[in-house]
Amino acid sequence: MQWLVSVHLMSLQVSWIVEDKFVKKSFQPETLQKIEREKQKYPDKLSALLPTLWWAQAEFEYFDTETMDYIAEVLGISKIRVYEAVTFYTMFHRKPVGKYHFQVCHNIACSLLGAEHIIQYLQKKLKIELDEVSKDGLFSITRVECLGSCGTAPVLQMNDRYYENLNESKIDFLIEELIAGRIPETL
Amino acid sequence: MIDFDYKNPEKIVFKNIDIPGMRYVANYRKKGGYETARTVIAEWKPDDVIEEVKKSGLRGRGGAGFLTGLKWSFIPKDSPLPKYLICNADESEPGTFKDREILRFDPHSLIEGMIIGAYAIGAHQGYIYIRGEFAQEANVVNDAIEEAYKEGVLGKSILKTNWDFDLHLYRGAGAYICGEETALIESLEGKRGHPRNKPPFPAVQGFNQSPTIVNNVETLAAVPYILKYGAQGYRKYGTEKSAGTKLFSVCGLIKKPGVYEVPMGISFKRFLYETCGGPLEGREFKAIIPGGSSVPLITREMAESEECTMDYEGFQKVGTMLGSGGVIVYDNSVCIVRALEILSRFYAHESCGQCTPCREGTGWLYKVLHRIENGLGHPDEIDLIVDIANNIDGETICPLGDAAAWPVQSAVKNFRSEFEYHITHHTCLPGTAKY
Repeated sequence: MQWLVSVHLMSLQVSWIVEDKFVKKSFQPETLQKIEREKQKYPDKLSALLPTLWWAQAEFEYFDTETMDYIAEVLGISKIRVYEAVTFYTMFHRKPVGKYHFQVCHNIACSLLGAEHIIQYLQKKLKIELDEVSKDGLFSITRVECLGSCGTAPVLQMNDRYYENLNESKIDFLIEELIAGRIPETL
Repeated sequence: MIDFDYKNPEKIVFKNIDIPGMRYVANYRKKGGYETARTVIAEWKPDDVIEEVKKSGLRGRGGAGFLTGLKWSFIPKDSPLPKYLICNADESEPGTFKDREILRFDPHSLIEGMIIGAYAIGAHQGYIYIRGEFAQEANVVNDAIEEAYKEGVLGKSILKTNWDFDLHLYRGAGAYICGEETALIESLEGKRGHPRNKPPFPAVQGFNQSPTIVNNVETLAAVPYILKYGAQGYRKYGTEKSAGTKLFSVCGLIKKPGVYEVPMGISFKRFLYETCGGPLEGREFKAIIPGGSSVPLITREMAESEECTMDYEGFQKVGTMLGSGGVIVYDNSVCIVRALEILSRFYAHESCGQCTPCREGTGWLYKVLHRIENGLGHPDEIDLIVDIANNIDGETICPLGDAAAWPVQSAVKNFRSEFEYHITHHTCLPGTAKY
């Protein structure tokens, strides 16, 4: 793959050429349709921003300035609206995360039942620091506040899924399964 | 005495949670689901619905405990603007995980409650605002909404009446503050979750500047029961001022954590020991937070006292609040300073940054507590954290500031010697662990 980055200093526009073809970031056509339908659900189209950001994260993985500017263009809203939402809500990623992103709760109930140990164990097992992506791109770990599942603490969220009542052997099993490309329903 | 089988608690208003398959509309309708909503729309006047909910004594289950019927009655009757009903499913108060049970296992009770509430306040549009982390729960609710549309339960002329009601799910994206109703409205408008100054209250100027009611999941899901059995039927449970039942979510260091529905007014002590199994083997309770992390913590003695009953007034008598019903249990192995440090870190992380006392104060509280916990505290700093807390309390737009202050004030008041021990001995009290 041939990458060529050209920077237009005057306009500060950055574009790139992939395989000799000019490519600008764009949503899948189905997503654009979903965004149009979403706008109809609210009295003001700005409400469609959060749903659009969710779809954008699913397609583009994280938000760099170019992605945020593109979303502003798609929704016909000012760029600052997108920047402020992306930076306010903690679930939107501003840098790449692993394919399997562990978000470990370290709030009170989880802490009382061993969250700190779970975090250390995960780090040791995956040999990565917090908020760092493993070399193979598979894993990342971050601390999060209360996930609202305190009765089954300690809890982590892997992408969209909760894993509850965690212990070392459950973590071992989970990581084995994920490496094999399987996402367990529960542990 | 309130009738309650402490050893074998059974759900009453929320019995569907324990019935498999109730997330599907067909099963829900087989049990008589949506019949109440249909009868209400076909036969009741909206004002009579509000009156019945007022009479039932139902109070907001998200934490504030405001009378639901009264809140509904604040919607201006003569406003030409559209009205909105929003369900607050942003359950994010540490220790609280009751709404998740309704969302996962009984979404149709919530939808039916919303239909009835919307009819009462004259809203043709509703939204369920669910926290971003609840992706699986969002899928369940979305499927339930889709099924309801297909069944004619939502949309135009719902349930073969002449009432239209549209309902959509909206996913948040990680922000505790969005559980505050005006922050939630801002977020639903696609903005940052910054709470608004009140007045105007949302009932007058809410979503898109229009009259809006925001109710908690548990509150709305109780509405079909109230309309089905009448205010008197609901009042069979609970006390005069704390009517009906309440879901309590129990977590921390206790034998049987989980979600329990109890008629309000029962003994907190018996609930903790008989229903939830008491402390773990060889341990004893030390302190309890009964209503989610934001309410004051109480000592074991206060929690086990005769006057501590599980209702709004009972918890007030012992110096705390019922809040969201999120019970967090500390046993004698817990270092109170460490536990408070964890909570303060949370509030510092979640402060939206609008008000200076909260934005700065929550950060200071965490930093000082972190220092004390790690043996680097100064003798003046116990009074310092109380001083900071006192200067946040009541000085902010929304209650997040109070919520950050109360745990500090109550922990120092009840366990001051433990803070002093950290400062003089540079370590936790013997026998307690740094979790």
